[in-house]
Amino acid sequence: MTFFLQLVVTGFAQGMVYALIAIGFVIILKCSEAFNIAQGHFVLIGGYLGYTFLVPFGLPVWAALVMAIVTATIMGLAIERLALRPLLGQPVLAIIMVTIALATVLGGLATLLWGAEYKAYHGLLPTITLKIGSISIPSESLIGLIVSIICVAILMFLFRYTKIGLAMRATAEDLQVVQSVGIRATTVYAVSWVIACVVGVIGGILLGGVSGANMDLANVGLKAFAVVLLGGVNSVGGAIVAGIILGMLENVAAGYLDPLLPGGGLAQVFPFIVMIIVLIFRPYGLFGLSRIERI
Amino acid sequence: MGLRWGTFQENYAQDMAIFHSTRQWGIVVAFLILLFACPLFCSDRILTIMTMIGISVISVLGLNILTGSCGQISIGHAGFMAVGGYTSAILCAKLGFPFWAALPCAALAAGIAGLIFGLPSLKIKGFYLIMATIAAQFIIIWTIIQLRSITGGPDGLGVPKPAIGSIVLSSKASYFYLVMVFTSLATLLAKNIVRTRAGRAFIAIRDNDLAAEVMGVSLWSYKLQAFFIGCVYAGVAGALLVHYFSFASTDQFPFMDSVWYLGMLIVGGMGSVTGAIFGAVALKLLDELVTMAGPILAAAVAPQAAASLALISHGLIIIIFLIFEPRGLHHRWEIIKAYFRLWPFSHEVSE
Repeated sequence: MTFFLQLVVTGFAQGMVYALIAIGFVIILKCSEAFNIAQGHFVLIGGYLGYTFLVPFGLPVWAALVMAIVTATIMGLAIERLALRPLLGQPVLAIIMVTIALATVLGGLATLLWGAEYKAYHGLLPTITLKIGSISIPSESLIGLIVSIICVAILMFLFRYTKIGLAMRATAEDLQVVQSVGIRATTVYAVSWVIACVVGVIGGILLGGVSGANMDLANVGLKAFAVVLLGGVNSVGGAIVAGIILGMLENVAAGYLDPLLPGGGLAQVFPFIVMIIVLIFRPYGLFGLSRIERI
Repeated sequence: MGLRWGTFQENYAQDMAIFHSTRQWGIVVAFLILLFACPLFCSDRILTIMTMIGISVISVLGLNILTGSCGQISIGHAGFMAVGGYTSAILCAKLGFPFWAALPCAALAAGIAGLIFGLPSLKIKGFYLIMATIAAQFIIIWTIIQLRSITGGPDGLGVPKPAIGSIVLSSKASYFYLVMVFTSLATLLAKNIVRTRAGRAFIAIRDNDLAAEVMGVSLWSYKLQAFFIGCVYAGVAGALLVHYFSFASTDQFPFMDSVWYLGMLIVGGMGSVTGAIFGAVALKLLDELVTMAGPILAAAVAPQAAASLALISHGLIIIIFLIFEPRGLHHRWEIIKAYFRLWPFSHEVSE
């Protein structure tokens, strides 16, 4: 029982980070109907940025976070302006392919700048140790949990109470109406890419703080897709719930089934199995809007 | 100096013909003779590159039927190649099948894998289908690693040199001939599939699936047919790849390859057989260029520059093509041909 609860708790904290990354994906999708395959590579860049600002630059944690967010903002603006804007109104495949190509370019940049090496910065992020009964909550997961909750709260506030948040929600609802009342859709797109970059980079720093930064961080993006599909592609709340569910399921399944399988590594393929099952039985996810269109 | 001055088709059969004139026949035959004469004057290195290009062309032609003609986007093509490659490797290495018998089995196995993972396509499309095929890629590779007792798992599997009858295809030149025969056949088949009832149904589904269904095209049947044919191509390509190296390993079928195959299709021009060939040749040649430039860059800039150059150049090429030439090299090729055909009255450049 303790083993089970331990897995669930670890999975919960991990799932919160997945949810954070998935939210970036959902925001872009809702605002500009672009499926951003490169979300995982924002996480990768984030992990390495965290390393760069904390270790070689030796900045304090808050300054490193601010610097990373500034870099992410610039990255988001550049990506939206240079790669996505020229493709407005193109078919889905073109936009997906451009984000895939973007993912490779970002992966190439990470290889060029950081040498695709394993960079660890354990213990540089603040830690909180907590122990409930015999279950110890891993300190780094806890900080991840707290930061994720703060980020989600800020995003919720942004969407509900600010003008740009309102514009973003309106764009998600109906592009033509938004344009007819004089809201610049391109600004909304740019902001949504910036948010996705910032959220991905923060997720990257959190994950990098736990397991170190290396090229595998990009694969978290693939887990975020499973989260997004499970939660429903156009639901922020769904992403959070699905992130937590998937984080827990993955940990529990890996904990119990990995010893039974010769090759192990179920955690890597688990999100894809979930993905296929969701796609076959409930393509619009748990909380997504079911499309009326029938094919 | 033009290729042909005008085409005056008088009936449907003429309009649908692959070769419209004897001159076109002549060009194709001359090209084939030149291609098959390559081992006489090309070095082994060039033959290796051409063999690899041939294998990619087969794979991309399959993807072109699935994605270009039928509109079902797949980013799991390398996974289906792995199914074909491993089937052939296991049949040859463990069960002692001859190469010529293992190849059709490999094609069939890949086709069946395509049918299984094509099933979600009946309910989903666009991004969702992309996700399902990405999942297929990872699940296939994971399964291969899990079945260690049959596939050798992460260690890979040695395969005997392919032989047809008593002729062992051990030299680079002989394998080049084998691959080129298959590439030519695959091209001819791909050209013809588009002209069949199934091919027209694929295009109808791509252009508007709802309208196609209303017109009586069975989405269920034709989408699965597209998956089957596309994956049979992938299976043949995978088997040829594995036999070329005499070794099967999951590293030969990485996820990024699946992405590049789609990239080749975009660079070449989606939905056209010529485009698929152009794209495969162009990106493979770019690969070679990067491989050659890699050591120079690694010495001049940083050791990791070579690896990053490959990623960045491929990514940028795809982005540039999507933004500036979304219809690919094939479209440019048509424009060039039309220019010469219509010269000097080039005011109306036809499609």
